[in-house]
Amino acid sequence: MKTLKLAVLAILFITFSCKDKKKEDTTNAKAKTIAENVEKPKKEVNNGYQVGDIVKDFSLKNVDGEMISMGNFKDAKGFILTFTCNTCPYSVAYEDRLIELDKKYASKGYPVIAINPNSPEARPDDSYEKMQVRAKEKGFTFPYMLDEGQKVYPQFGATRTPHMYVIAKTPKGHQVKYIGAIDDNYKDAEAVSKRYVEDAVNALLEGKEVEVKTTKAIGCSIKV
Amino acid sequence: MLQKSIFISICILFFSCKSETKQTNVASVDTTSKVEAKLNAEAKTTTTEIPVLNFEQFEKYLQIDDDNIHVVNFWATWCAPCVKELPYFEAVNAAYKGKNVKVLLVSLDFNLKKLNVFLAKNELKSEKVLLDDPDQNAWISKVSKDWSGAIPATVIYGKGKRKFYEHSFTQAELESELRNFINQ
Repeated sequence: MKTLKLAVLAILFITFSCKDKKKEDTTNAKAKTIAENVEKPKKEVNNGYQVGDIVKDFSLKNVDGEMISMGNFKDAKGFILTFTCNTCPYSVAYEDRLIELDKKYASKGYPVIAINPNSPEARPDDSYEKMQVRAKEKGFTFPYMLDEGQKVYPQFGATRTPHMYVIAKTPKGHQVKYIGAIDDNYKDAEAVSKRYVEDAVNALLEGKEVEVKTTKAIGCSIKV
Repeated sequence: MLQKSIFISICILFFSCKSETKQTNVASVDTTSKVEAKLNAEAKTTTTEIPVLNFEQFEKYLQIDDDNIHVVNFWATWCAPCVKELPYFEAVNAAYKGKNVKVLLVSLDFNLKKLNVFLAKNELKSEKVLLDDPDQNAWISKVSKDWSGAIPATVIYGKGKRKFYEHSFTQAELESELRNFINQ
């Protein structure tokens, strides 16, 4: 009988201590939700494509005046799509590497396509005319398009320049296979040890699963 | 038989309770790290030159366990919205000094010369460091799992609370966020 009493007491004790914790948890959780409400970024673009999602095709004006869609590339197996611009130093640091990527992979079925997501009103140096100048200066071998009205980048959930998407043509449609950085060293192309985009495209060309599917990198926020 | 079932129920209760505590622990993990006074001494020796740190050296600035509210702003001279909001952080640093608020400006510039020219022209009184670590994928999530990598970005932490912001502030917004930390 004594043990029974003890057991009951123990149960009661545990239940109460447990309840207290729960209470704390819910207050914390409440505080957190309130905090998160305040914290909402001004423009929510985080709900864009994730790896595995099917990309809706777009039609954007290239620096040569032509309208470009992914559907135009009949022979492509996929795309190395980048959101980039004239003015972000990270974008500039990667320009040569984008050209290299295009040279290496366009013939294998994965051309580079570049979209400038910045609003020319917010960033005059990212205007269509300035894009034409930059493309000519650098000798871009790939299309460089303006996201006019800034409608495409939010669909992708791009947050910065440069922001890379490797896309493969699949029976389901254009499917996102990788999102993130080009490689692990923006400063020095010679010192790169992980080539995320190349690794992803190589895997796709070999019919394998992309190993590293997302990475993060510092970049310039997209100017709206 | 009765006793047995009581013991079993105690066990169940105990374990269900345990998982609860585990969750709470995870939630408060961000405030537990200890940082020695060494850190302040280090910063003082570098009044003329900005300390250049890799992420391993920098990480302690995100975990200072003292009575202050720490405002850690990631910026760069080439980031126009960052430069625009710098005066707000400077103002907050000056105005809230007496309220235990400390601002740390973390430059992500990759041209030290350009940064130094900027700093010579624009005197910034807040504490400053240059975070120079090219393997960004390895450390961005350690600042915040919510950070995509775009700047400006800011972490405010202290008094057991921590928040991350991937956007620009106006001075009023910054002060109102700060007050949430001070008046809790």
